[in-house]
Amino acid sequence: MPAVTETLETVQSVTESGYKWGFETDIEMEFAPKGLNEEIVRFISAKKNEPEWLLEWRLRAFTAWKSMEEPRWAAVKYPPIDYQESYYYAAPKQKVAPKSLDEVDPELLKTYAKLGIPLREQEILAGVEGAGSAPADGRMPVAVDAVFDSVSVATTFKDRLEKEGIIFCSISEAVQNHPDLVRKYLGTVVPQGDNFFAALNSAVFTDGSFVYIPKGVRCPMELSTYFRINAKSTGQFERTLIIADEGAYVSYLEGCTAPMRDENQLHAAVVELVALDDATIKYSTVQNWYPGDAEGRGGIYNFVTKRGACRGARSKISWTQVETGSAITWKYPSCILQGADSVGEFYSVAITNNYQQADTGTKMFHIGPRTKSTIVSKGISAGHGQNTYRGLVRIGAKASGARNFTQCDSLLIGDLCGAHTVPYIENRCVTAKVEHEATTSRIAEDQLFYCRQRGLTEEEAVGLIVNGFCREVLKELPMEFAVEAQKLLQISLEGSVG
Amino acid sequence: MLRIEGLTAEVEGKEILKGIDLEVPKGEVHAIMGPNGSGKSTLSYVLAGREGYDVTGGSATFNGVDILAMEPEERAASGLFLAFQYPVELPGVGNATFLRTALNALRRAKGEGELDAMQFLKVARERMRALSMPEDMLKRGVNVGFSGGEKKRNEILQMALLQPSLAILDETDSGLDIDALKIVADGVNAMRGPDFSALVITHYQRLLDYIVPDRVHVLINGRIVKSGGPDLAKELEAQGYGAIQAAA
Repeated sequence: MPAVTETLETVQSVTESGYKWGFETDIEMEFAPKGLNEEIVRFISAKKNEPEWLLEWRLRAFTAWKSMEEPRWAAVKYPPIDYQESYYYAAPKQKVAPKSLDEVDPELLKTYAKLGIPLREQEILAGVEGAGSAPADGRMPVAVDAVFDSVSVATTFKDRLEKEGIIFCSISEAVQNHPDLVRKYLGTVVPQGDNFFAALNSAVFTDGSFVYIPKGVRCPMELSTYFRINAKSTGQFERTLIIADEGAYVSYLEGCTAPMRDENQLHAAVVELVALDDATIKYSTVQNWYPGDAEGRGGIYNFVTKRGACRGARSKISWTQVETGSAITWKYPSCILQGADSVGEFYSVAITNNYQQADTGTKMFHIGPRTKSTIVSKGISAGHGQNTYRGLVRIGAKASGARNFTQCDSLLIGDLCGAHTVPYIENRCVTAKVEHEATTSRIAEDQLFYCRQRGLTEEEAVGLIVNGFCREVLKELPMEFAVEAQKLLQISLEGSVG
Repeated sequence: MLRIEGLTAEVEGKEILKGIDLEVPKGEVHAIMGPNGSGKSTLSYVLAGREGYDVTGGSATFNGVDILAMEPEERAASGLFLAFQYPVELPGVGNATFLRTALNALRRAKGEGELDAMQFLKVARERMRALSMPEDMLKRGVNVGFSGGEKKRNEILQMALLQPSLAILDETDSGLDIDALKIVADGVNAMRGPDFSALVITHYQRLLDYIVPDRVHVLINGRIVKSGGPDLAKELEAQGYGAIQAAA
């Protein structure tokens, strides 16, 4: 049928124009010399005016990294990465550090405005307009930390949050202003030598966000960090650390985009979450790095280590991720359920179109008694995309009465893509209960025809069906972002039907 | 007006429609009756543009426009609606979302403004009351877990919302009890008017007691072999298709 040719054409036109975030900002940058060695690690640390302990911490990580090998167990294929061909530090040139938003380079403000991320406090995230019938004054403001290549360029609503005792700033700033907190928690959830990419990140991380919510405080607004890779041949290595003290609550969201380029760029982040007694952290990700073109040229290599520790009793960590971008995604946001009755959740939508590859999932470590975890994973493969769910549920001997429920659903569009499910279950406790459900399905021709007969275009039909498939996960996103995520799903799959 | 001339079509290389000639003037309701395998559903799919139903000759125009050259969604935008014999399930897609997306797609095509959620609900509730449908049908997934009767009523609700100028009802009466049948018939009759035409495809005369057609056509083996007034349906009921088949 001509539908196949038509699809190819649409896919091409989409990849040429569909990625709306692929522009480049022309701004004067400062780089560290290309490549990676001890001097670079020292350069970054000095650039950030770091205390001696942190430099030593980085150097230990670098030593560990040199003796490690890149993991090869994931179901992703890519040519060897030359770690000496990348820049590890790239920052917009600024004469003095901006004290307020008014001093931030207008080029940068423009960049974020173009991305729909206003860095003005009276504004809310774009793309939310028309989200529903909520009155304008009823909308919650969102505090934003904007990370541009290697540095944080602005953080909004800092003062207002400070009044509640909440710390929301770049991690570089936290190292200067709250060194005790950083030192107490940094690397305690993801140790420096945890894995190859975490070790690399620990050695060369340049910026990221830091959040501390004090005892009993419910963070009054969504916190978010927006990551932007802009410079050529540059890797982004950000580090995020979120601590929710006893009884605290925070909902945090990260978004990310990058220019369209033929080269592959490396993004290796580490995120650590710590929840103490009765604390809740809700961490949402809308990952939209440049995915590469229709032939699989370019795109971001996204190798990320995310882990949360439910240290306190009745604490809860909930991960929600919508992964639409990147040439390769390698990430397993996990929960260490130490506290009695603590709860871990993982809700994921991962889309691979064209030549994208995703190997993603979660690890739930049940250590404390009556710990509970829920995993809902929705993988969508289109084009030549490969999508793997890889998960581990480990229940320790002391986790009496622990429970896990896992649901993995895969949706295939076309016949050149692949979906794989690799669930591991290790149970050392007789009173624990573990459930696993998995399905694989296709978008049926009759579903598409039904929608089109009602007036929907093929793209709209696919978007609607995919959004229905992902509904259980999308409803976990903060309302402000759910609409955006739905649109993104549709854009990611445009022209993928044949 | 719908005008079909010499229409031939095949499915998987097998010729099913062998030269259909049919005219449904504006404002009229025509019935197509015929035994299993005569090509009734094929005709409805060909007119709606389903993939795999390949036109090999002839023409079909609606208000003078060649509909066979259009994409399915363009045919929908031009006013064609197909009530499916087997309505399709869309898991996770709310019925309200689906109906609103469809309605707005058609409004967009006509250059009309889109309805927001509140405006849509108001219109949808009105139509549902008129069809005695419970409101919770809007909240459920499209056709998911619907009984056979509910699925058919959902088709009629969609028709009532989308306000087509040409509706093709493909055996909408099959599997319906008498109460559901009346609701379906009421839905169609409420649409009747100078700007609405319908092609009612059915096995049985029963539906035509409630939707009285202007003309009845008998489709056998890919051809229309006989046409007549509403009495033809009663004749068929009494004598069966065999007599006509023999005469043809």
